[in-house]
Amino acid sequence: MISQFFILSSKGDPLIYKDFRGDSGGRDVAELFYRKLTGLPGDESPVVMVTTGGRRHHEGRHFIHIRHSGLYLVVTTSENVSPFGLLELLSRLATLLGDYCGSLGEGTISRNVALVYELLDEVLDYGYVQTTSTEMLRNFIQTEAVVSKPFSLFDLSSVGLFGAETQQSKVAPSSAASRPVLSSRSDQSQKNEVFLDVVERLSVLIASNGSLLKVDVQGEIRLKSFLPSGSVRREVSLFPGYGPGIRVDEVSFHSFVNLDEFESHRILRLQPPQGELTVMRYQLSDDLPSPLPFRLFPSVQWDRGSGRSTLEPKPRSLNVRLHLPLPRGVISLSQELSSPEQKAELAEGALRWDLPRVQGGSQLSGLFQMDVPRPPGPPSHGLSTSAPPLGLGPASLSFELPRHTCSGLQVRFLRLAFRPCGNANPHKWVRHLSHSDAYVIRI
Amino acid sequence: MSQKKRQKPVVWVEQILLKMLPHQDEEEPASYRGSSGSCLVTIRKMPYLGSEDVVKELKKALCNPHIQADRLRYRNVIQRVIRYMTQGLDMSGVFMEMVKASATVDIVQKKLVYLYMCTYAPLKPDLALLAINTLCKDCSDPNPMVRGLALRSMCSLRMSKLDQWGQAEVLNFLLRYQPRSEEELFDILNLLDSFLKSGSPGVVMGATKLFLILAKKFPHVQTDVLVRVKGPLLAACSSESRELCFVALCHVRQILHSLPGHFSSHYKKFFCSYSEPHYIKLQKVEVLCELVNDENVQQVLEELRGYCTDVSADFAQAAIFAIGSIARTYTDQCVQILTELLGLRQEHITTVVVQTFRDLVWLCPQCTEAVCQALPGCEENIQDSEGKQALIWLLGVHGERIPNAPYVLEDFVENVKSETFPAVKMELLTALLRLFLSRPAECQDMLGRLLYYCIEEEKDMAVRDRGLFYYRLLLVGIDEVKRILCSPKSDPTLGLLEDPAERPVNSWASDFNTLVPVYGKSRWATISKCHGAERCGPELPKTSSFAASGPLIPEENKERVQEVPDSGTLMLVPNLQLTADYFEKTWLSLKVAHQQVLPWQGEFHPDTLQMALQVVNIQTIAMSRAGARPWKAYLSAQDDTGCLFLTELLWKPENSEMQISVKQNETRTETLKSFISVLETVIGTIEEIKS
Repeated sequence: MISQFFILSSKGDPLIYKDFRGDSGGRDVAELFYRKLTGLPGDESPVVMVTTGGRRHHEGRHFIHIRHSGLYLVVTTSENVSPFGLLELLSRLATLLGDYCGSLGEGTISRNVALVYELLDEVLDYGYVQTTSTEMLRNFIQTEAVVSKPFSLFDLSSVGLFGAETQQSKVAPSSAASRPVLSSRSDQSQKNEVFLDVVERLSVLIASNGSLLKVDVQGEIRLKSFLPSGSVRREVSLFPGYGPGIRVDEVSFHSFVNLDEFESHRILRLQPPQGELTVMRYQLSDDLPSPLPFRLFPSVQWDRGSGRSTLEPKPRSLNVRLHLPLPRGVISLSQELSSPEQKAELAEGALRWDLPRVQGGSQLSGLFQMDVPRPPGPPSHGLSTSAPPLGLGPASLSFELPRHTCSGLQVRFLRLAFRPCGNANPHKWVRHLSHSDAYVIRI
Repeated sequence: MSQKKRQKPVVWVEQILLKMLPHQDEEEPASYRGSSGSCLVTIRKMPYLGSEDVVKELKKALCNPHIQADRLRYRNVIQRVIRYMTQGLDMSGVFMEMVKASATVDIVQKKLVYLYMCTYAPLKPDLALLAINTLCKDCSDPNPMVRGLALRSMCSLRMSKLDQWGQAEVLNFLLRYQPRSEEELFDILNLLDSFLKSGSPGVVMGATKLFLILAKKFPHVQTDVLVRVKGPLLAACSSESRELCFVALCHVRQILHSLPGHFSSHYKKFFCSYSEPHYIKLQKVEVLCELVNDENVQQVLEELRGYCTDVSADFAQAAIFAIGSIARTYTDQCVQILTELLGLRQEHITTVVVQTFRDLVWLCPQCTEAVCQALPGCEENIQDSEGKQALIWLLGVHGERIPNAPYVLEDFVENVKSETFPAVKMELLTALLRLFLSRPAECQDMLGRLLYYCIEEEKDMAVRDRGLFYYRLLLVGIDEVKRILCSPKSDPTLGLLEDPAERPVNSWASDFNTLVPVYGKSRWATISKCHGAERCGPELPKTSSFAASGPLIPEENKERVQEVPDSGTLMLVPNLQLTADYFEKTWLSLKVAHQQVLPWQGEFHPDTLQMALQVVNIQTIAMSRAGARPWKAYLSAQDDTGCLFLTELLWKPENSEMQISVKQNETRTETLKSFISVLETVIGTIEEIKS
């Protein structure tokens, strides 16, 4: 069970603090946590920390925390609890706070302190979880969320995802989805909307000879519903995108999902509560139905100290960044890129080539020349001149692919069984996106 | 009750839909196609037409006061409800009326109503709450039949499915259950099987733990469960949440201790990605070391070699140590990689590689030749103490195979004055003496110089003593030196000691899904040892041992104070309430068990003393006012076994001493000793503060 829960800003300022059991020291525990976190030796994990020594009432207290949207969500406990359960609770709390406050962040939390405390009051009682269902909590929450600016559909212009923490996070989150689920309970003109995102994280490792060493796709189907509760039965129908059927290695569904028709018709039915819900998670390894989104052909010549790399993205992609660690002491860099408006730069000992937008099927090439100081010492002990010096590569790419899933899985229909209650038909937004978790090419 | 209030009537939606569109057939899946934009109503197919009217009619009948007054007619209507219910009609519409009908003296009617309630309670959780009142009342009915009936019905009111938090809690609770027979055990396992497929990691891990513990006598069941949990664990290992990923990795390592091959085919899942935080990378490298086998060793080593040149020196070194530990099994491949790394001429890499070599030749003597060939040139890239020690050790022990060994050591001897680490000098002395035994001609001169320096100029005593020792040893004769210094150069058996055989699953099953794998077993042991005192008395959570250091006891006295709980198991109960009368009576009826005199100089502050005693749970019953001569106080305390300690303090300023008399209601010398020492410490502390 949980003794305390608190939220700290990225700088360690306490935003929320709640003691559930009164069996622990007091507020300075938050300060203690931050001090411990920042003073931790590099090889120790901050996920679970224990207090030792010092003042007695803090002794043997375990801190378990997650970092979410730049905030620290921390619980303390003195029991030997299930770490899986607690971490799950923390991420659920993060989602819940996001649902109720619109989005999770330092600003939204401090604007909605009353609401957050009210929520915590209902979610946890004497350190035990009561419920984390947005739907159920709705009956008990009186405070309205304070939103910084009113929501408008025109903000939808950018492609956005509500939950995915993509590498750049530039496109996400769109303000359409980042508004409180329940803010306008009394407001009849509320938009009935459902957002469905299929998000895939891709991690790929390619050997220097071009052979594929590892492909891993982690996919999620997430649903965020702004529909008034109780009025609808929502259905998500899934159809295979390619060939006879999509293959997934590992799949798990949320317990709300009715799978009766999944085997026969690939239909998932569910009655989602308001707020965000991960309908399905899946994994796919090794064999992808579609070719990899990028191909990189590096060619490096050492005697002249130049390297050329060619990039061939398949689908349209956004925010592409090539990151190439360079040997220490690189003195100069000259570049020759396929398009004059592009630019690669040196930053923190690495080459960074940013491409905000890349058309599908195009080929880009870059020629980089640099001077690397030779390692001192007699060359007889060193490497032969053809081998790369220490510190070059591996190249990694980060990118986002809108409207593309690497597994080929697509949500073909999102159907709502809807009982009209004065409102217009609900809007449905279905989005697909793949983004890179790690896309590494050895050189 | 508040818990139950929260059950949300999800089913209501369905009910409302039914009433609106009662006769529509269930729509066919084919009709989904083509109308993706429109909304659709789905309803449940009705088995019987006209149930609406039936419900309405029954409702009216149940509400009719005339019928209610006539016991038989009332019962008849209820029977009809039950009949329809049995036929499959939805009778939940009359739930409210049926609840009212439960308040009756007619047992038959009661039974019928309870049958109805148990059937529909899951659909109407809110209304079922109303029935609980009646059920509670029936539980205290004089008629045992009614009591039994109510109790049974209450137990079968299955109003809600547990959510994931509830499930995890119940799974945890079930750990306490001991199945009576094998049959029951497997029944339980079958029942819980679905939880292994839950979407919530907390529930899956909770179920896994329960399985592992219940099936402790069936290793094949345990293995089977661990195979099934592989998927969820691997998914958690590549989760977007780093924290979850870390915890999952810790559990993977735990499983690997028992089943080394368990994740071998999934080795790629444990490759590090550049954006991961350090602590995850380190865990992954550990996992890779543990799952390596004949099939994947090539790929794993290839991957690890990539990490060795990582920008982060810490991570690079961890990867090199990892290769070193794999080298115990796959020596040749690893030594080759490590040798190549030396060619990079990087300080942070070279030092770790040399340390790895040192440990390796000790365990795997077959690689000595390869290591000796790789060493020349390393000395240029080593600056730190650990690396230098390792290199010097290697040169000393295997110097006869390294042609330039004396010259490398000579450099160290030349620079010994500027050497900052005493440990390096010690190592140098030993190494040079060893090399002198195998290559005397090249070493004699510099050994003399080194010994001279160490004995005459060195300021570090340990180094000086070592130098003197070797000098005297040489005076005894070269044979004696050989006998003492030429020990075995390797010990392959040590590797077996370091890698204990596979641990049985049962050794860690109870730690699964707790913080133990996250901290690591040894770290956990220190943590729980530190807080052992806190854990020993869950019934008396506020019982504090004397280790409580209140604000009155200054920092410098802490060490003394904390010795006390180790010496005895005395636990004093806080807030002991004794009346002065009771104290007096008890005091007079007992004999003095212990009397002692403590020195006490100068002024005296009774309040300070009282507060200090309070901190250690010794209560003051009565005391003289401040300034009274002689001054007296009566104290009481009780330990957790119920033993009372009554104390009289008597301060005589003229003698500069405090007399303590303690009485005990049970004769227990051990606890008495602990108590006296507590008392002494407090009085001593106050005395020190004062002075």
